[in-house]
Amino acid sequence: MSARYIILLALTGVALTALPWLVDGLLGITWVRILSFAALYVLLALGLNITVGYAGLLDLGYIAFFAVGAYTYALLSSPQFGLHWPLWATLPLAAAAAGLFGLLLGTPLLRLRGDYLAIVTLGFGEITRIFINNLNAPVNITNGPQGVNQIDALRIGGIDFSQALHWGEVTIPAAYMPCLLFLALAGAVAWASTRLEVSRVGRAWQALREDPLAAAACGIDLRRYKLLAFALGASAGGLAGALFAGFQGFISPESFSLTESIMILCMIVLGGMGHVPGVIAGALILAILPEALRALGPLQQALLGHVWVDPADLRMLVFGLALVAMTLLRPAGLWPRGHAGRGD
Amino acid sequence: MRPLLSATGIGKRFGGLQALDDVALEVSAGHIHGLIGPNGAGKTTLFNVLTGLYTADHGTVQLDGQVICGMAPHRVVAAGLSRTFQNIRLFAGMSVLDNVLAGAHLRGTSGVLGALFPSAVLRREQSRLRDQAVTLLGYVGAGRHVSRPAGELSYGDQRRVEIARALAAEPKLLALDEPAAGMNPAETDTLRELLERIRKDGTSLLLIEHDVKLVMGLCDRVTVLDFGRRIAEGPPEAVRHDPRVIEAYLGAPTETTAATGTGGSSATRDAADTTP
Repeated sequence: MSARYIILLALTGVALTALPWLVDGLLGITWVRILSFAALYVLLALGLNITVGYAGLLDLGYIAFFAVGAYTYALLSSPQFGLHWPLWATLPLAAAAAGLFGLLLGTPLLRLRGDYLAIVTLGFGEITRIFINNLNAPVNITNGPQGVNQIDALRIGGIDFSQALHWGEVTIPAAYMPCLLFLALAGAVAWASTRLEVSRVGRAWQALREDPLAAAACGIDLRRYKLLAFALGASAGGLAGALFAGFQGFISPESFSLTESIMILCMIVLGGMGHVPGVIAGALILAILPEALRALGPLQQALLGHVWVDPADLRMLVFGLALVAMTLLRPAGLWPRGHAGRGD
Repeated sequence: MRPLLSATGIGKRFGGLQALDDVALEVSAGHIHGLIGPNGAGKTTLFNVLTGLYTADHGTVQLDGQVICGMAPHRVVAAGLSRTFQNIRLFAGMSVLDNVLAGAHLRGTSGVLGALFPSAVLRREQSRLRDQAVTLLGYVGAGRHVSRPAGELSYGDQRRVEIARALAAEPKLLALDEPAAGMNPAETDTLRELLERIRKDGTSLLLIEHDVKLVMGLCDRVTVLDFGRRIAEGPPEAVRHDPRVIEAYLGAPTETTAATGTGGSSATRDAADTTP
């Protein structure tokens, strides 16, 4: 590990830490909350990028893993079962449960490729949501469509991520706390992704994506690496789910719809599949764009004296146009992986 | 001496087509063994059976005493049999070096944890494998392309890189499916030198090839398939004059052709062409 690499890591850490202050100062406190959600989306997009971007396994039901993580956390830290497990146990458990779920879903899918894989995963995603929706009878586990309420805030040791932190002279405002946690974890997953990408494992995934038959002829165990991609991608989704549940304090099945799966897939397609900086950029743009476009309502009012198009509709319109323009102009994504001189 | 590869009684049927029927193949260690036959004779099917892509209906395959039939393709590689493909199958979007490193997959040990927190041992292993891959690319004559995407290379260079990728697994037997296809005579000559060097450096070769001149000049022994059966086996000289082989390639001399002499003269012409 070179000195340059360590300095780069340290600088990234400092920049991420400073981000909430910067965003608050420039845009206001509501944007810190938007940034927190954006960081969760980055986590999700990075997870899906392992499955779709690296290993080339098109998964249209990825949100199911987010749901499994969210419900694992929710059921272990809410009055639903009267359990209030500590974060250091629930967070890894949520990731592990989602990873296990990824293995379970991945196993029957091993023989499927491309379109067929996409359709079956889409089905699995919907089945998971419907299953959670109906798992309130005969034994009430998920509380069905009402969702799980009063979920414990993210808390570890003496630190509560929903409260302001006083640390000597320094006070970190309450809104910054989850944001900092999410940014840290998204940063960690981004780091892990880049490490994996250039490793023996990442190379095996890419080989599998490019040509499964030739990959097998290289001695790569297709089963093993497909399942690994499913499981690792899923556990990142599960981690994001747990954070989401702790952040919101409430979850219900309707948060885990097909639209969300498609949105996350759009993020990595928009950014550049298989390229971590591109995926992060794609996730940030698509998570923030709808919020930024909200401003179009007041803008119409001011300029035209009347809101002609509802901002919510306009958001989807601009969103659609952006995607069409992207596909035409930059089919490989906004920031795709360069080809030059890799192999370390 | 026990042969390096020994396949006996191989049968493979696709629906109504008996692609392979009781085929036997023996490759001795240190040999370059040719596998020839007209189009549709079952050569590639046999390759796919040997390398685990197809499961044979009958028969067994042993490599160096180990039964490899019924194994998944990646296990066959682990057992010591690597291959290339008739229509080159490089990982086009990956760099040439990454292609060869993918070929060396089984010689690495790093997993997910090793990728995140590599120990000193793993880092040494990584740099050793990379050095070897670069050396290997030089060995096959593609040394100047190390960091280019494999898909950008010329046809002949792609063939060479594919051989390097197969060699990266350090196989006991290297199986090449028509390595000279699409090459010009100069490239074929370089290829012949490369294959001879590979044999000299201790890897045996099994070669499907249509370039009869190349096969005859290079191979120690030749097996001929026709309609899924083995019709001849032996040293190139003997095989070339085997009437069944001539018949398979040129068709049986019928009454008319024999009478007019066309069949005979074309056979003579072809024999003259194939003289190394």
